[in-house]
Amino acid sequence: MFRLLTRRLALIVPTFIGVTLLGFLLIHSIPGDPVEVRVGERGISAERLAYFRHELGLDQPLWKQFLDYEGQLLHGDLGRSVVTQESVWTEFKTFFPATFELSVCALAFAILVGLPLGVMAAVRRGSALDYGLIGISVTGASMPIFWWGLMAVLIFSVALGWTPVSGRIDDLFYIEPRTGFLLIDAWFSDEPGAFRSAVRHLILPAIVLGTVPLATIARMTRSAMLEVLGEDYVRTARAKGLAPGRVVVVHALRNALIPVVTVLGLQVGALLGGAILTETVFAWPGVGHWLVESVQRRDYNVLQGGTLLIAVLVMLVNLGVDVLYGVLNPRLRH
Amino acid sequence: MSPLLEVRNLTVDFGSFHAVEGVDLTVAAGEVLCVVGESGSGKSVSMLAVMGLLPRTGRVAAERVAFQGADLLHATPRGRRRLIGREMAMIFQEPTTSLNPCYPIGWQIAEALRAHYAAPRAEIRGRVVALLGQVGVPAPEQRVRAFPHQLSGGLNQRAMIAMAIACNPALLIADEPTTALDVTVQKGVLDLLVGLQRERGMGLVLITHDMGVVAETAQRVQVMYAGQVMEEQPAAPLFAHPRHPYTAALLDALPERAEGKPRLPTIPGVVPGADDRPAGCLFAPRCRFRTGQCDAERPALRMAFGARVRCHYPLDDAGQPTGRPA
Repeated sequence: MFRLLTRRLALIVPTFIGVTLLGFLLIHSIPGDPVEVRVGERGISAERLAYFRHELGLDQPLWKQFLDYEGQLLHGDLGRSVVTQESVWTEFKTFFPATFELSVCALAFAILVGLPLGVMAAVRRGSALDYGLIGISVTGASMPIFWWGLMAVLIFSVALGWTPVSGRIDDLFYIEPRTGFLLIDAWFSDEPGAFRSAVRHLILPAIVLGTVPLATIARMTRSAMLEVLGEDYVRTARAKGLAPGRVVVVHALRNALIPVVTVLGLQVGALLGGAILTETVFAWPGVGHWLVESVQRRDYNVLQGGTLLIAVLVMLVNLGVDVLYGVLNPRLRH
Repeated sequence: MSPLLEVRNLTVDFGSFHAVEGVDLTVAAGEVLCVVGESGSGKSVSMLAVMGLLPRTGRVAAERVAFQGADLLHATPRGRRRLIGREMAMIFQEPTTSLNPCYPIGWQIAEALRAHYAAPRAEIRGRVVALLGQVGVPAPEQRVRAFPHQLSGGLNQRAMIAMAIACNPALLIADEPTTALDVTVQKGVLDLLVGLQRERGMGLVLITHDMGVVAETAQRVQVMYAGQVMEEQPAAPLFAHPRHPYTAALLDALPERAEGKPRLPTIPGVVPGADDRPAGCLFAPRCRFRTGQCDAERPALRMAFGARVRCHYPLDDAGQPTGRPA
């Protein structure tokens, strides 16, 4: 277990270099730079343009810009937004709780629905429920998120009027961001109805964002359960005279969770990627929204810093999953 | 008094494949019955059917399946679960895969107890340690916390046995309990099973393909082939005078009986598969006494020389087929 963890920690170094380099190259391959975008179509004199570019270090060769950026990162400095002049870290801290809240709810939805569905499909293999689930999960996994998000808005918000179209909460509420997590802040605020409004705003984006992980989790649970249900120890459990539910949950699911948790770790990366699209569709003021805007503004520092922070987050979550894996699988512990 | 286990005309089908055909089986209280046969002869499947542990694809039919006089065939799943694990228990061939890798063995044994008895934690714990001690696991207080992957196959099988006898069953079914173990460990586990059987007066059904195991343990022997019972009689006369050519051939293949012969005798051919079962006697294609009648007509199980035999020409005391046209 210790060796496993040290190996994972060692992998962080090349991943860090890879992520920053890739992010840097991709961003700089987009035509235009922050100065040009801010100047817009009116145009300014070539001298002023050169002056601003020099200010931002954009006149340096690319390799030097990259090395300067890396050096700055190693000092723990993510830089400042070219547009707002605010530090990237501060902006991230402002936007991140919204994304975190959305992602956690989406993941919770995916697990709470996907896991039982997968288990039931495996137990009733070959039944209508099983085939229905396979169909739904293939559809769910292959639907583009932005399309599914728009369809969900059209159906549930526009046609049926069940949920609001966009945003995190109704405009009439003002909630002091204490934790940044609106559900918690609204719960403890004095404003009547604020919590309810926050929940209503959250439901649809959480479902949309949770659909792909749900499909993956359900499918993975089903196949892991099918394998485990054929194991000798499941037969042993039945031979003890245990109730079927206990055999399935305590003996089979406990073992099937090991591969499912691995997949769960990988889903977090997909989830944060999906959050960018979902936040755009639902005008959700989170990191995704922030990053998409910074692409439009060619805000190099925000883009690079934001990507890096998300990458670090995914790495941390996967590290946590590895630890959890060891807890779940006694064969790895000793 | 009704027998401990009574099975009449048991048939198990997987689709169109007859895994078990018309098997009768009785076990008296405190008796050791050995069921012998090659792989795929239906010995495990028939016992799994009795326990209700077959996969859903298996179709079970029988005239009667009764345990201590109570009908098992029409028992509700709940009613059956009250019996299995408590009154009748089973251990399996592969001890290491038969234990759940995610839980310590002590927990798994305790679960068998908790499934049938409500008792305080400390009492259950004490009984688990005592059980592990009884089945010869050294340092049971420490071993209760061990996971299956930390123990040898022999110790795991002992843990399985402890789990099976936890609730003091009247009947223990052991499905090839020593096959997966090292030869040096096999005898220890077998002695343990026989010792426990005597001590507790359990009925024991021992499924095996090892005639050596049969010789050491059995009171009565049932020989199975391709899903059918070929011969059944008490152990001593079976070894002295096998009545079915298949039994005779199995015994001839024992190394200790083949002394002086240049090579160990074998039975030519293989057990017929799902699609190539002969219309007549299932053993006919491999039998050295085969006649036209064997190919044409499937023999019924009948009494001959004090044994139950499924053969047109049961062997006499000299090992020669009786009534066979020359």
